[in-house]
Amino acid sequence: MTTRVLSRPEPDIRAWRPRQGWGSAAFDATNAAVLLALCFVTFYPFYYVLIASLSDPVALMANRGFMLLPRGFSLEAFHRVWDNPMVRSGFFNTLVIVVGGTALNLALTCCGAYALSRQRLPLEKAFMVLIVFTMFFSGGLVPNYLLVRDLGLLNSRWAIILPFAVSAWNLIILRAAFNAVPKDYEEAARIDGAGDFTILLRVYVPLCMPTIAVVGLFYAVSHWNGYFYSMIYLSDRDLFPIQLVLREILVSGSTDSMMTGEAVGREALSNTIKYATVVVATIPVLAVYPFLQRWFVKGVLTGGIKE
Amino acid sequence: MDKLSRIRRELARNRSVYLMLAPVLAYFIVFQYVPMAGAVIAFKDFNPATGVEGSPWVGLDWFRQFFDSLFVGRVISNTILINVYDVLVGFPAPIVLALLLNELTSTRFRQFVQTVTYLPHFISVVVVSGMLLDFLARDGVIGQIVAAFGGTPQAVMNDPDWFRTVYVGSEIWQSVGWGSIIYLAALAGINPTLYEAARIDGASRWQRLCHITLPGLLPIIATLLVLRLGQMMTVGFEKIILLYNPATYETADVISTYVYRHGILDANYSYAAAVGLFNSAVAMVLLVVANKLSRRWSGTSIW
Repeated sequence: MTTRVLSRPEPDIRAWRPRQGWGSAAFDATNAAVLLALCFVTFYPFYYVLIASLSDPVALMANRGFMLLPRGFSLEAFHRVWDNPMVRSGFFNTLVIVVGGTALNLALTCCGAYALSRQRLPLEKAFMVLIVFTMFFSGGLVPNYLLVRDLGLLNSRWAIILPFAVSAWNLIILRAAFNAVPKDYEEAARIDGAGDFTILLRVYVPLCMPTIAVVGLFYAVSHWNGYFYSMIYLSDRDLFPIQLVLREILVSGSTDSMMTGEAVGREALSNTIKYATVVVATIPVLAVYPFLQRWFVKGVLTGGIKE
Repeated sequence: MDKLSRIRRELARNRSVYLMLAPVLAYFIVFQYVPMAGAVIAFKDFNPATGVEGSPWVGLDWFRQFFDSLFVGRVISNTILINVYDVLVGFPAPIVLALLLNELTSTRFRQFVQTVTYLPHFISVVVVSGMLLDFLARDGVIGQIVAAFGGTPQAVMNDPDWFRTVYVGSEIWQSVGWGSIIYLAALAGINPTLYEAARIDGASRWQRLCHITLPGLLPIIATLLVLRLGQMMTVGFEKIILLYNPATYETADVISTYVYRHGILDANYSYAAAVGLFNSAVAMVLLVVANKLSRRWSGTSIW
């Protein structure tokens, strides 16, 4: 008799919940539906572009409405895009800018962050004010353009690398990360006879690798996506990065160079070429996306929360 | 020991630190402060042949010319309106998304939604604009869907009435997921015992949202709002330049695009520099004011 009473489970306070009424369940269902709809709206445009690029141009031309599968099938547009020398040189130029620009960005940002994280540096506060001020005020587009012109950088890759060599924001993020490294490590290295460059490369850089990766990711993404300054600083078509080539094809609608003398289906093909171009330009991003994903959250946090 | 030799000794002892600092300072001076000084051409009649030094001072003539021009009202109100819409709709959107994601019990579904919604952030503005121009053309996919439901498809991107809606809407489409990350992190930082206590006291989901979650998010919301208000004068003109055309200038032309057309395309350097300087100065004032207000109302400020 008593055993039954004793074996009755104790009310577990952690498992106790207020009555989950139908209102709560209805909210959960609506919430899931809303988020699924958001995913659809976000993803469908990309999917649409993909299936449109694979469609038969003439069939697509007849009906560009909502679709779930390609209308017909043709790889013609991809052949045209791939055979376009501008697309190829655009990818090459972008590669040079992303790799070279990011390397310079990281080298300078690491050096600056290291120097500014030394507390014994005289005038350290003054240097920081000088740098932070540039985040809130700038000379404007025209003086920047005139400067690049006067430096003789117009029509050179330096024009889209040098003026963006350091971002004040990223410098501050990295400096905060360097400041968080215990000073003991540095002391120990100094006793072993390491100089400042060795300490930066062998102590700070390895310890702050996650932050450096995030900062590098942000620099690389902005180089990859940039078009505006290439548009105003570069006129030599051989130097055009992929985004400028895309602009010509997608916004100005000049696909003529990719078509040779067709009269029939010309407009139709021009459409699928645009879609194929978007697909080709988006593939590199999608290819690295899974590898970058683990850095996202850290990146936004280091970027969003001030020291 | 006199001052000069003390500086010399300091430089010699920490030579490598100064070697590292030098290129960074040189960058900020050359590419940030020289253009700020270069903005004096706004007060001169700049002639590229004679240079900044050789050009005559004209005082506030260019500013006067801008304020007397037919377009001043249009570009200023467009700049402000696009920003006001973006703050009213675009600023709360990631907060709402973060709150909705936070209510999900399935981690896998949550990660799926996050992965999908972060993606557009990484797509270039050129591709996004190209897709918008295509989808919103008269015979584009949106037009055809409208037609299927019995509507009349129209060339949306040539209609000034639609420009701001499309601009703000596409901004949200591209940034809502990415923007939610920081709020999700803040949500994860709220002490879970507060929720336990509230549950035991019988608080409903809605009450927990109002009394625990939102107050917990307030500091980060205030900080981000200050930063956003400080950018009221800078719109993503890279996208506007891709999307607008003379038919939509009426609602699409903002201060930065106006500067670009007059300064870079028409080489009206002094005039455009004056308009740009006006823009930067107003932006600076807005940031300072927003920061003050935030400090007074929520106790959070960015400096």
